[in-house]
Amino acid sequence: MAEAVVRYLRDGRLDGEHAPALALEGSLQCCSLAAGAMLHVTAALASQAAAGKAQARGLVVVAFDRSPEVYLEFMRRRGLDANALNRCVRILDCYTDPLGWKQKFQNQQHQENSTKQFSTNKENITVLRNVKDVNKMMYSITELGGGFEGEGKMYFSIAVDSISSLLRHASVPSVSGLLSNLRSHEQVSSIFWLIHSDLHEPKVPRAFECLSTMVACVEPALVDPVCVESPGSMSTLEQNYSKAKFIVRLKRRNGRVKHFYEDLYVEGNDVKFDSAHVSTEVNQSLVPKVQFNLELSEKERTDRANVVLPFEHQGKGEPIQIYDGRRSLPEGQRDPNLAPALVDEIAPKSGTAKGEIHYVRDSDDEQPDSDEDPDDDLDI
Amino acid sequence: MEEYGGGDLLSEAMGSAARVVVVEDCVEAPGAFVLHLLLKRALAGGGAAAFLALAQPFTHYDRILRKMGCNLSLHRRNERLHFFELQAFPGKQSFYYLMLFPDIIGSGAKDGAIADCFVRLYSEIQRVVEATRTGENAGQFTIMIDDVSLLEVAAHGSVDNVLDFLYYCVTLTSEMNCSLVILIHEDIYAVEENMGLLLHLRHIADLVVKAAPLSTGLAADVHGQLSVVNKGTFSEQRAKAQKVWSFHFKVKENSTDFFYPGSTMSKVSLNLFFTNLLAFKHSPQPSPLNFT
Repeated sequence: MAEAVVRYLRDGRLDGEHAPALALEGSLQCCSLAAGAMLHVTAALASQAAAGKAQARGLVVVAFDRSPEVYLEFMRRRGLDANALNRCVRILDCYTDPLGWKQKFQNQQHQENSTKQFSTNKENITVLRNVKDVNKMMYSITELGGGFEGEGKMYFSIAVDSISSLLRHASVPSVSGLLSNLRSHEQVSSIFWLIHSDLHEPKVPRAFECLSTMVACVEPALVDPVCVESPGSMSTLEQNYSKAKFIVRLKRRNGRVKHFYEDLYVEGNDVKFDSAHVSTEVNQSLVPKVQFNLELSEKERTDRANVVLPFEHQGKGEPIQIYDGRRSLPEGQRDPNLAPALVDEIAPKSGTAKGEIHYVRDSDDEQPDSDEDPDDDLDI
Repeated sequence: MEEYGGGDLLSEAMGSAARVVVVEDCVEAPGAFVLHLLLKRALAGGGAAAFLALAQPFTHYDRILRKMGCNLSLHRRNERLHFFELQAFPGKQSFYYLMLFPDIIGSGAKDGAIADCFVRLYSEIQRVVEATRTGENAGQFTIMIDDVSLLEVAAHGSVDNVLDFLYYCVTLTSEMNCSLVILIHEDIYAVEENMGLLLHLRHIADLVVKAAPLSTGLAADVHGQLSVVNKGTFSEQRAKAQKVWSFHFKVKENSTDFFYPGSTMSKVSLNLFFTNLLAFKHSPQPSPLNFT
């Protein structure tokens, strides 16, 4: 439920707790939808902040994968005007010139050519030219976050899009250090990030999930077991590019984890969440929904208990005998030492025309109709 | 009849909004012909292109494109085509290779030196793009790389440097209204451990064109199948359009035929096919060829 997720991010940090963090994960199969979900959360949080409903005064977007214009455009479409954007959104642009190549190039041909195409004149976009320096990045983020107007204690939220690009320039420990430092920073209200889980070893997304309080996975709506990324079944692929499952795991403060999911799809230029199909997955019983009844009624249960199984001949007036593993013959009537005599006696008793199998239970633990090997020698 | 031939199915599938196109091919079905078509198209409408050639020399492309009705030498003289010949045969390094990669030749495979080479290559491309934009013919600009696998070889296997370079090229597409076409040999990256470059490219791409051998086996008049996956971005207008296409191709001497499976390419049946297609288009019921 995207709404719930945004609500948690909006409400921000509680006293004596770290900021809530959301890890958004997507894979190649529905990569553009994961990006769409990221844009949705970013825009939703920005509009909450602009309306003054959020704990955070503003949102700092650390943009790696997309040009800052994409975010601004998306937020504009969501109804944020230029004034609100300037007030509540700051973008740290790590997309345009992450390694400073363009600056180097500009310096080279410094002469009369002062067309400042790359240093954007927009006031809410700041270009970061050395993303390898994680400390400097953290400093820039907190500096941008501190720049929002307002009085009293000022909070801000952070969006990182995406960790995967950051990980190309920095190691996993330094990036997780950055994230956990930001989470514990006293002015940070909430933080969320996107990660492309298939670009890394499985342990890397796990490491970042551990840092978060919420994990939202965008997974393909249909999984084709035969071919995952091959163009075999077009309809499956086609479906997966327009629709996905948005699975959320919410970690409560007491450690309880809640699961739920809803459908995510693209409509026009926008991302929509379909909460009509919100599943109450956790509450329903494990018995699958089928047309026929798998449960027994009370009467059926007692009837079942009354059935005498064919080998269950004991206990009807006769003493129940339990084989103790040492004596192979019924005791009580005879001493085991007198075995030869016993054989003689049994023979006429059961020596009628029909054959009979006498079965002695191993112990009372054994259920009458259990599948276990009854006398341990069949080697089932 | 002519309007349906010559790769129209491909251009219909590709649309016009895609900025980053990744062409994947394999040994059984080389995808170079897609690159040739796209190069021809890039230069056709008054556009310009930068071509980073690592796989073949200029004369090779010139010869092929001439048969397709596109004079590369002329475009090169008119500065509409900027051809970066980056091959490095021992003793016969090309001009651009010497200019852009002197550090690699000199000092072996030092990481900083390789990065410097890519900075130089990138700034050269940016200079070209800017020059074209400020000129009169401010049409579409296309950057093509043939192919990335060899670029990785040129970078002494340093995937990070190649990716940095590619990401910078991607930033050009959003700033300078140009598009990027990258060829990659998919089968090289079949093993899980070295999927890195391919996966990154698939993430970058707006559109993936994949050439593969015919899944049902060999056929005389079908050379392979092409699938086009339009990943689409949200800025794209035609969000409702079909996202996944799959069709067969036949590479001919001076053009390539694209057609849906089941329609053979002999002249007679081709005529029949297109008559049927036209009949479908004009009939009120939805055409079976248009999956929307």
